[in-house]
Amino acid sequence: MTTFLYAVLLLAATGLIAAVVLYFIAMKFKVEEDPRIDLVAERLPGANCGACGKAGCRDLAKALVESNGQTDLHCPVCSNEEWAAVAELMGMHADTCEVKIPVVRCQGGHLNSIRQTAYEGLESCAFAHSLHAGENGCSYGCLGLGDCTRACAFNCLTMDPKTGLATVNEDRCTACGNCVKACPRGIIELRYKHAQEGRIYVGCHTEDKGALAMKHCLSACIGCGKCAKSCPVGAIKVENNLAYIDFTRCTHCGTCVEVCPRKSIVATQPAIPASSN
Amino acid sequence: MKTFHKGGVHPNDNKLNADAPAQVLPFDGPYCILVSQHLGAPSTPIVKKGDKVKRGQPLTENQAFLSSVVHAPVSGTVQNVAEAPDAGNFARPAIFIQPDGDEAEDFISDDPTLDREIRLSPAEIIERVKAMGIVGLGGACFPTHVKLSIPKDCKADYLLVNGVECEPYLIDDYRLMLDKPDEILVGVSILMKALSVDKAIIGIEANKPKAIALLKEKAAAYDGISVEALKMKYPQGAEKQLVKALTGREVPSGKLPINAGCVIQNVGTCFAVYEAVQKHKPLTERLVTVTGPMVKEPRNFWVKIGTPVSALVEACGGLPENTGKIIAGGPMMGKALPHLNVPVTKGLSALLLLPDEQAHRGTVAHCIRCGKCVAACPMGLEPYLLHAAVLHQRMDLCEHHHITDCIECGCCQYTCPSFRPLLDTLRLGKNKVNQIIRNRNTTK
Repeated sequence: MTTFLYAVLLLAATGLIAAVVLYFIAMKFKVEEDPRIDLVAERLPGANCGACGKAGCRDLAKALVESNGQTDLHCPVCSNEEWAAVAELMGMHADTCEVKIPVVRCQGGHLNSIRQTAYEGLESCAFAHSLHAGENGCSYGCLGLGDCTRACAFNCLTMDPKTGLATVNEDRCTACGNCVKACPRGIIELRYKHAQEGRIYVGCHTEDKGALAMKHCLSACIGCGKCAKSCPVGAIKVENNLAYIDFTRCTHCGTCVEVCPRKSIVATQPAIPASSN
Repeated sequence: MKTFHKGGVHPNDNKLNADAPAQVLPFDGPYCILVSQHLGAPSTPIVKKGDKVKRGQPLTENQAFLSSVVHAPVSGTVQNVAEAPDAGNFARPAIFIQPDGDEAEDFISDDPTLDREIRLSPAEIIERVKAMGIVGLGGACFPTHVKLSIPKDCKADYLLVNGVECEPYLIDDYRLMLDKPDEILVGVSILMKALSVDKAIIGIEANKPKAIALLKEKAAAYDGISVEALKMKYPQGAEKQLVKALTGREVPSGKLPINAGCVIQNVGTCFAVYEAVQKHKPLTERLVTVTGPMVKEPRNFWVKIGTPVSALVEACGGLPENTGKIIAGGPMMGKALPHLNVPVTKGLSALLLLPDEQAHRGTVAHCIRCGKCVAACPMGLEPYLLHAAVLHQRMDLCEHHHITDCIECGCCQYTCPSFRPLLDTLRLGKNKVNQIIRNRNTTK
């Protein structure tokens, strides 16, 4: 009986001493953290994609709280409502911004361009770009090795085996912009989503002169300027043998799509209005 | 026999055209001269369409220190200043010249007799080397005048002359050593004067006994030049490995051979320096080997810069039927060409035509941690580790494990039994880490 008692007392005493020591240590090394950081972090998407430029969502929350909301940091993944909730918490003004989506400005791939060489090296666009112009000879087009798909934290970009080009899953995309940064050739661009009207963009990125561009690809923009002349709002510019449609001014009239002799201008299918069903 | 001790591999040397004498390649144009054929700041053309140019006339200019210029290989008319594909099929600015008559610049001397008397001062030699567009002909095309201008805090003790030619198939340096031994030795003396060093060592691998014997015999008549036979091992021709093999010194990590008191020049560069300084000839032609197991008549040619490689292939009996790869350079470090319209540049030492069965990579399997790549790496790196780090985007780890010291020799990939793309990832990682370091230094 006494053995049992001693054991209990010894353990209780050890536990008490350890508790006191731990209490003081915990007081000594206590980390003071603004409780708002947790609150802000809860409202962020939690994908840790790094699109805002910070290491993750908590890092962004910390930066927001530390600067007291006086910062240009913005989470592109949040919807306008979600961001407004964060802004409200921080007492800062939240600009509403139009939802964006990446477009892949190349239609080369397997269907429209002819493979002249075969690449067998590392499956990485960045590396292939440092070596050669591409299997079809176009030094501006999609290399088809999928750096953008690996950069996407939301699994929304996939390489289409039929065309050899990257395709965007509109429902999953959060417009974080990581694919834009990953593409070594700057083919991917974030444009207004315009879910109702659909998007119109030049599906080509070549700055080669017309004759050379035509040799590489069936749908290459040759910089003829027909689209620029036909645009009723003057949203199209031709620079370095390449047409570019300003998405902030485009009215989706579709004139350019019809006049393009090379079929390089892409118009995405507009979402079918609910009433037509 | 001397050699370097860390890593290295020994592929079969395949010197197929060792006995083929160098011929002049006839070609009647048009020549396509890429504007930038060197490492460093790009130059700008100073001729325009329709201009008449003389042989040896400078076609480009550049004020930057780390840059070089190109000259007209023939006299004729500038057909166009446009774009032409380089070895990677990227469009680069180029000057097209249609040959017409043979009118050379007045300063050029076409007298073939040997001229041993060095009349220029060291500063004048460096100025001449720059003006004549001499770049390192071993393949890297690093402007030679930059190598000759030694930083103030360094001192050169040795001039090392690279006649190693450790890559399989390549044989142009060997042909040059047999055909122009005296010119090379005078070139070495000129470079010694420019660098004010009194010792020069010519390193030649033991599989070229004729060249070793010939240069040893001739070098006796020149002060301070010795010839050293080296054990056959790849990559002995790489700068740091050559310094180790010939002098026993080690180039510190992240430093240049000059930090170990050595300057390295290729034998081809020495010959070009001789031509530039003694005969006032710009660098407009070089020796190119056309080789490969299937080539009907493997040959060596004196080719004018700007000739399309298709002319070289035709002169050797045309493209063999089952050619799988056309490589500019050797099989270890060369670059596969996209087509035959690529023009010859200053850095092209060989054209290697590989049959289809030798042109493909093996199927990539998992790393089995055999450590062969570590044993083969001449820089003492751990390629398997760096490979994994690059694939996981761990650039901090890459930097910590000295990825920037990689010389891209390809020994790791050559030995890998799982055919992993080690060199590809290391190159990619090295580029990224270098970029990160540059950004960090500029923001500091």
